[in-house]
Amino acid sequence: MTQEINDVVIRFSGDSGDGMQLTGSLFSDTSALLGNSISTFPDFPSEIRAPQGTVSGVSGFQVHLGSSKVITPGDFCDMLVVMNPAALRANAKWLKKDATVLCDTDSFNEKSIAKAGFKTDDPFTELGIEGYNIIMTPITSMTKEALADSELDPKSIVKCKNMFALGVCFYLYNRPLDHAFNHFDAKFAKKPKIAKANKTVLTAGVNYAANAHIFANTYTIQPAKLEKGKYRSITGNQATAWGFLAASEKSGRPLFCGSYPITPATAILEELAKRKDLAVKTLQAEDEIAGICTSIGAAFAGNFAVTSTSGPGLSLKSEALGLAVITELPLVVVNVQRGGPSTGLPTKTEQSDLAQALWGRNGECPMVVMTASRPSDCFRAAFWAGKIAMEHMTPVLLLTDGFIANGAEPWLIPQMSQFPSIKPPMVLEKPEGGYFPYIRNEKTLARGWAIPGTPGCEHRIGGLEKDSETGCVSHDAANHQIMTNLRAAKVAKVADFIPEAKVYGDKSGDLLVIGWGGTFGHLRTTVDMLREQGKAVSHLHFDFINPLPNGVEKILSKFKNIIVCELNSGQFANYLRQSFQKFEYNQYNKVQGLPFTTDELAEAFNKIIK
Amino acid sequence: MIRYTPADFKSDQEVKWCPGCGDHAILNSAIKALPEVAKNLNYAHHRFTFVSGIGCSSRFPYYVQTYGFHGIHGRAAAIATGVKVANPTLSVWQVSGDGDSLAIGGNHFIHAIRRNIDINMLLFNNEIYGLTKGQYSPTSPLGVVTKTSPYGTIEHPFAPGELVLGARGTFFARSLDMEINLTKDCMVDAAAHDGTSVVEILQNCVIFNDKCHDFFASKENRADNTITLKHLQPMIFGKDSNKGLILDGLEIKVVTIGENNITKADILLHNAQEPNPGIHMMLVNMKAPEMPVALGVIRDVKDHTYDDQVRDQLIEVRMRAKIHNVDDLLNSGDTWDVE
Repeated sequence: MTQEINDVVIRFSGDSGDGMQLTGSLFSDTSALLGNSISTFPDFPSEIRAPQGTVSGVSGFQVHLGSSKVITPGDFCDMLVVMNPAALRANAKWLKKDATVLCDTDSFNEKSIAKAGFKTDDPFTELGIEGYNIIMTPITSMTKEALADSELDPKSIVKCKNMFALGVCFYLYNRPLDHAFNHFDAKFAKKPKIAKANKTVLTAGVNYAANAHIFANTYTIQPAKLEKGKYRSITGNQATAWGFLAASEKSGRPLFCGSYPITPATAILEELAKRKDLAVKTLQAEDEIAGICTSIGAAFAGNFAVTSTSGPGLSLKSEALGLAVITELPLVVVNVQRGGPSTGLPTKTEQSDLAQALWGRNGECPMVVMTASRPSDCFRAAFWAGKIAMEHMTPVLLLTDGFIANGAEPWLIPQMSQFPSIKPPMVLEKPEGGYFPYIRNEKTLARGWAIPGTPGCEHRIGGLEKDSETGCVSHDAANHQIMTNLRAAKVAKVADFIPEAKVYGDKSGDLLVIGWGGTFGHLRTTVDMLREQGKAVSHLHFDFINPLPNGVEKILSKFKNIIVCELNSGQFANYLRQSFQKFEYNQYNKVQGLPFTTDELAEAFNKIIK
Repeated sequence: MIRYTPADFKSDQEVKWCPGCGDHAILNSAIKALPEVAKNLNYAHHRFTFVSGIGCSSRFPYYVQTYGFHGIHGRAAAIATGVKVANPTLSVWQVSGDGDSLAIGGNHFIHAIRRNIDINMLLFNNEIYGLTKGQYSPTSPLGVVTKTSPYGTIEHPFAPGELVLGARGTFFARSLDMEINLTKDCMVDAAAHDGTSVVEILQNCVIFNDKCHDFFASKENRADNTITLKHLQPMIFGKDSNKGLILDGLEIKVVTIGENNITKADILLHNAQEPNPGIHMMLVNMKAPEMPVALGVIRDVKDHTYDDQVRDQLIEVRMRAKIHNVDDLLNSGDTWDVE
């Protein structure tokens, strides 16, 4: 019997060499093509191949699909695929009460059960999940059986076992095979035997699930009622890279990215490196400092320059950020935040670089700080970061995080004609009376951008303080005050050029939930949940942090309670306390390298509104 | 035809180096070199860009009337790299000192050279930190007493030429600050070279390390203790032009023409364009007083430049590209329609 359900959360987990990321992607892409609303969350260790069979080596991929809009990958899962006992141990805590667990029996032997750290030979009882719908299936041996005639070596055969598990899930949720088949044909174009083997095992998984009657029901999820149009799936890092391309196209300034590989930001550099067809120049620098310094050089030379990094890399870039501030060059630094301090938790998400983004430089060194709230929103954020950097002649720090950077969701493909123009203050010829680099536009306070190669505009800028009028080196006390004030005022003025703060839900009420960046999905879902229960809860989410958008104070004044939720110990809450001192701010914080869950948020909100 | 005079490249800024500093002479050489470079390359004035780091030498961009960027400590090579890659039609010059390029900026220095980006690096080597007032640098000789080595340094110095060759450099020249014409010639040759050109200029810090090069570079010592190399010319030097270099087994040796049956024909010819760096390595490492210090263009070999390859890859990919704008990109790959 086929039953229709509204949404489902599936988590694929196994050893980091078991191909769980691919398995999850194939499932989510197939579902996206069926029209479901999707949100995904990969969860993997920082080691490429952590010790096999251990809990620290478990790699997971969670996908949430629904027939109405889903904006989080889901807190707890309906279906858990575990390729070994370690995966079970690592993920049992994410099971819903009536969840199904698909286990590879072949990997549940005495040795691997012990390796996963179980004290008894019955992991299910030990974890207290014996009552769940646990399906023990000999996945590895059936994969071997299916490929007995394939002429592949034993190692290549076993590598296909993830497709057997995927086949079982495809059957259970009535997914078609064609997308996965096309994927194999493209990926293994030069290894047809491998492509065929993957198809064979995937089909075997489907057939096994159908024939063995292991499920009483199968499920379908209707296509979501999404806005009409053409969609694609996109990750946050990909959207960030593409947003930069969009800003480059709109501004007419060639895109340059000098960057150094760092988890979880590397995919931005990789994505841009592919785009030579759009004339992007990428330079894989010798270190983080060279990443930003080559970009500063490129900005001086007239390119739209960007650099990508994550926490520790941002620390290394701090001095050069000051150089970009004092030279007033357009530059976008995207910091894909991860757990810190130091190397911290490279593959886990956190929002703990906010204070560093705002203040982590020597001297009074203001720059624009903005954020992105969802994977696809990174496109908008990157575009705006470029627009502001170039039109206001300032470095912009864009904060995303590992959660939205690696997460994926369907995206209604926009048209570039919908996006505003970007008009950098280019100086194309010698102005009357000569070119002086720090002469400003009155409205934006941005200086003119004359680039080397422009006749008659030869000038010098650099890290030393310059005279506000002549642009010559100046150690004059009064001039330093003037320049300090101007740099701050220029950034503050950006507030007049960005959208006003807008509250979601009623304009007044018992509780205003405040967040910023990648916590959007969980906060919005929770707020919606409580609103459906008739509670007077609204949501204010920040895309711009420095400057804050206009209209915030008015919104804050209309609520009985305010709670600021963030994945750090209260950095944004403190920033708001400093910016709007008359309000009282509750906080909900978590620093575990994990996103919020809607359950914990709802509990925290309910405590305040009783 | 582009014609400039040195005055066209002199800025109106007050030059603030100490009186007697070697930097004045180097600035003089540069101002003379730039009109020649402009003429040779047919480059207009506004295509010249100077980038520097931190230190006395790094004030240089303020004193030449070109585009200039005064960076932060050690990062000039990285900034110059970005300028050149972003706009390969510029003539990009990087000015820095031994501390800036070889200590804090050592990593950028070797990687710019490894990539062979077409920038011209002027490396002022005075074997001391001047602007911070007299601490030892990565080129200070072992044992030298400075403010931070009151009992003498215990560090082996870098030889810049050896580093350049070790980083697979394609151009290395050396000059003395007071040899204004030789420095100018090295700069002109550096500009003509496609790829990273390093010109080491042995420079005197009159305040903190005065006369540090004098034991071979002073007027009275120079002829017998330095050799100015010229491509395809015999390696002859000395007051009387009767000393020469020969290859003796695996070593370079000083000989006197006319003694022990040595004739001019026995003297080694300098081949700056020899790709094998073996002889060049020996030449850059010659130390006075045992050997003459090599000056002039020591190495000048052709190889692919980074900027040319950036251009070639862009052309190649764009010729067969299916994606021509962002709309094409957004609509590429797997998409689906929601009705």
